[in-house]
Amino acid sequence: MKIIKKIFNLIKEYYKFILITALIYLLFEIFNGSIPIAPRLLTRYYMQILMFALINIIMTVSLNLINGFTGQFSIGHAGFMCIGAYTSAYFTTILFNAAKMAYFPQLALFIFSLIIGGLMAAFAGYLIGLPTLKLKGDYLAIVTLAFGEVIRSIVRSSDEIAAFLNQIGLVRFSETIAKISGPRGLSTIPNLSKFWLVYLITILSVIIMRNFIYSTHGRACLSIRENDVAAETMGIDTTRYKIIAFSLSAFFAGVGGGLFAHVLRFIHPDNFSFIKSIDYLIYLYAGGMGSITGSILAATGLTILPEFLRIINFQQWRMVIYPLLLIILMLRKPSGIFGNREFSFLIPKRKEVN
Amino acid sequence: MVLLELKDMCCYFGGLKAVEKFNTKIEKGELVGLIGPNGAGKTTVFNVITGIYPPTSGEIFFQGENIGELPSHKITQKGIVRTFQNIRIFPALTVLENIIIAYHFRTHYSIFSGILRDDNYHQEEEEMSKRAMELLRLFNLHTYYMNPAGSLPYGEQRKLEIARALATEPNIVLLDEPAAGMNPYETIKLMELIKHIKEKYDLTIFLIEHHMQFVMGICERIMVMDFGIQIAEGTPQEIQKNPKVIGAYLGVEKKDVKNS
Amino acid sequence: MDIKSISTTGHCKKQCPVVLYTEIEKIFFKKLGKNMTKKQLSDSINNNILTYNKLTNWKKYVFISVIILFFLFLYILSFGTQAFFQQLVNGIQLGSIYALIALGYTMIYGIIRLINFAHGDLFMFGAYISCFLGNYLIAHNFSYPFIVVLIFSMVVTALLGMIIEKIAYKPLRFKPRLAALITALGVSLFLENFLALSPQNVPFPLNKIVFGPKFIPFPALIAEKTYNISGITINNIKILDVVVTIILMIALQYIVKKTMIGKAMRAVAFNKDACLMMGINIDKIISITFGIGISLAAASGTLYALTYGQLQSPYLGIWPGLKAFIAAVLGGIGSIPGAMLGSYVMGISETFATSINSNFGYGIAFVILIVVLIFKPAGLLGKFTKEKV
Repeated sequence: MKIIKKIFNLIKEYYKFILITALIYLLFEIFNGSIPIAPRLLTRYYMQILMFALINIIMTVSLNLINGFTGQFSIGHAGFMCIGAYTSAYFTTILFNAAKMAYFPQLALFIFSLIIGGLMAAFAGYLIGLPTLKLKGDYLAIVTLAFGEVIRSIVRSSDEIAAFLNQIGLVRFSETIAKISGPRGLSTIPNLSKFWLVYLITILSVIIMRNFIYSTHGRACLSIRENDVAAETMGIDTTRYKIIAFSLSAFFAGVGGGLFAHVLRFIHPDNFSFIKSIDYLIYLYAGGMGSITGSILAATGLTILPEFLRIINFQQWRMVIYPLLLIILMLRKPSGIFGNREFSFLIPKRKEVN
Repeated sequence: MVLLELKDMCCYFGGLKAVEKFNTKIEKGELVGLIGPNGAGKTTVFNVITGIYPPTSGEIFFQGENIGELPSHKITQKGIVRTFQNIRIFPALTVLENIIIAYHFRTHYSIFSGILRDDNYHQEEEEMSKRAMELLRLFNLHTYYMNPAGSLPYGEQRKLEIARALATEPNIVLLDEPAAGMNPYETIKLMELIKHIKEKYDLTIFLIEHHMQFVMGICERIMVMDFGIQIAEGTPQEIQKNPKVIGAYLGVEKKDVKNS
Repeated sequence: MDIKSISTTGHCKKQCPVVLYTEIEKIFFKKLGKNMTKKQLSDSINNNILTYNKLTNWKKYVFISVIILFFLFLYILSFGTQAFFQQLVNGIQLGSIYALIALGYTMIYGIIRLINFAHGDLFMFGAYISCFLGNYLIAHNFSYPFIVVLIFSMVVTALLGMIIEKIAYKPLRFKPRLAALITALGVSLFLENFLALSPQNVPFPLNKIVFGPKFIPFPALIAEKTYNISGITINNIKILDVVVTIILMIALQYIVKKTMIGKAMRAVAFNKDACLMMGINIDKIISITFGIGISLAAASGTLYALTYGQLQSPYLGIWPGLKAFIAAVLGGIGSIPGAMLGSYVMGISETFATSINSNFGYGIAFVILIVVLIFKPAGLLGKFTKEKV
């Protein structure tokens, strides 16, 4: 009963926000042709681009948790995505054949697989967090990069791992691992990422992360960024909060990875290399470290922008202009487009005290 | 009642003996000063007490408990807090948030409560805001409460740092050069403020300062360090006349001219 | 007094500005500290540090050496001594390629604390320049084309690097470090993708420079000869790799340790602000450091292209660049001997691991890095400056 009351309170508090996001969703669906009021401007291809944009929002905001809000320097984010993607695909494609299931069990399995993917990624985040806490700045960056690559390497070696498991007698398990077929990529992943689901999960993820930031635990992370020696002497267990930040961030990256796998429907370890991590770093930095709004806008904009350039038919040139724009942005406004400002509706009101 | 006791505390950095056999007992309610020339090791003593550096040897007791091996945050949670020589406020956070962070280890709501925004969250947040504003009012910083802390003038930042330390509700406050960079008027105001908060919150204060008027004006007892060693201890009057102290600051006649 | 000893004690900068100043002074004028007390202090630090370090380190080194020898022994048992030496030789050659790139990374990081992501692409650029010049020289029957090509590519790429530094990195020198990093990424992406444009899409005159994403065969500037020494195949070009690398490394050490410029470089890397106070032209020194570091990468690019006979695509610099960077960190970023050591460790372990299983080879580099950093957070030979509280 208490939980229902809590949820009811939440809805009361956020009703404006819920209305706006529902409206935006309806707008998308109208142009998608699901509701035949307006001409269908958004083909399936564009809807897919939108879904990638939403997934990139989750990835960028979660990266912002570590880099922007806790002030650490992590550039292995794609590794968490990889774990989430493969775990989730493992459940829906290898263990159970989700394509052949009825609607509700399929949905339940999908959500379950996403959560497990997130938890596995969070566990990896915890593992990275532990030894790297003595490292500062650039060294931490290298280790996170290395970790991301190690994860990729493990996935690529899935055949060897399967063979090893076979030898020690876990035959059934070994067969499922073999189906991950690392270097050949995992295909025939069912198309479970429906637009409404991805949209909903993105909104929930952003809300959860934003609520975390604007609570005392989020402030503890912020204080680590601002001055970690001072934070420590103000009674904050910086080690614990760095690990929390890493794990939470990794969880959402894992969820994002799971969604990604089911949009693309084919994943390969090369999708999750450090080049991908760098993409997210660019979105994060362009939007502004420490700004959730910036992350959302930059992730959306930079995912959609190449498509515009594609329309103008600049095929190869877009990958030349794109980094040039980035360089110019950095030279003109090094703190990113949004710096650390937010849309006002994202910042919670503090009850005025007089 | 002895609040803080250091027994033969040493702190070496490789070959450099920053602090050598530091001994002291600080009673509850005292206002003690630590002075000495630059590089004497005073801040290192503070750093060791608050757990930033581990003591190379020797023991530190707080309220009878050995805190030598504890990490910094646990030491603060036990009731020892410090301010820094170079101000270490959180510049991008607002003044109010700087204070509220100090309440963090006393808040009880979990991460889930924070995410779900339930009653616990709202209640504790409101209470923290109220208490933080009271504290800011005491320090006359309440008008700045929504400004980013980094935008405050230097003197106000120093006060903010002290206010933040107080927000942790400590038993003993270690102030590292609280009057640094202040003009005579500000210094006098600060002296009054410190005496006031000491009485109001029933604190014990241990401070490092170079400003002689400040030290001689407030402290009941003063310790002097030079090159990591304690060279004198006593009341302000005794210290002013002590030849070793004079030698440390002004130099001794004859050949080896020490730096001041 | 050793620079390293100041850093490891944490006794630096604000606590003893005179010691710092004295040290920089010493680098330039070989004077002793003016004040007797300070010198006594410095001496005591030095002596105690040396003995302290010597004591604990030898035990660690023995332990680690034993473990490494054990693994090598296992390898010999499984694959035989011949394979062992073959892989060792290959590993040294690979390490040499990495070494030249890693040196550039470490020098640039040492002097402006920037991870120059574009370094791998300048390595690639060096390879492409040598390709063009090589073709031209061979067509005109030049004798000894290799030396000319090597030097030319080093000079031209260094110039490009210095231009990049002036345009993209210098304006961000006092801004948050991350801005410079992202800019470096942008430069890297730009170089790769610009050179990958197909010539038909590009207007004149730029279409003479772009290569398109296809592979280009590299001219054989040196006739290839294979030797077989007791079952181990060695290629004369691979020997050339190692020899040229060693020559360049010796030259670098000479420049850094014996010349005025080298001293200036070390001083700026140690403390930029103090150097400004001493009247050193920081901009010039940084440009020169860039020039030298990048010319080494270009040399590596030329050797790489010569060894493997072709240029796969403009993206060929990404992975060697990354691995060399990891090698530099492994050895302790900012430390020149560290970069050399790290590169050979990387090269040799990668060759051995790949010979066991190609996927192993892929991940081994990163695993070694993580393990080393856990035990030695500043890298094998790195210096860890403690933050003064």
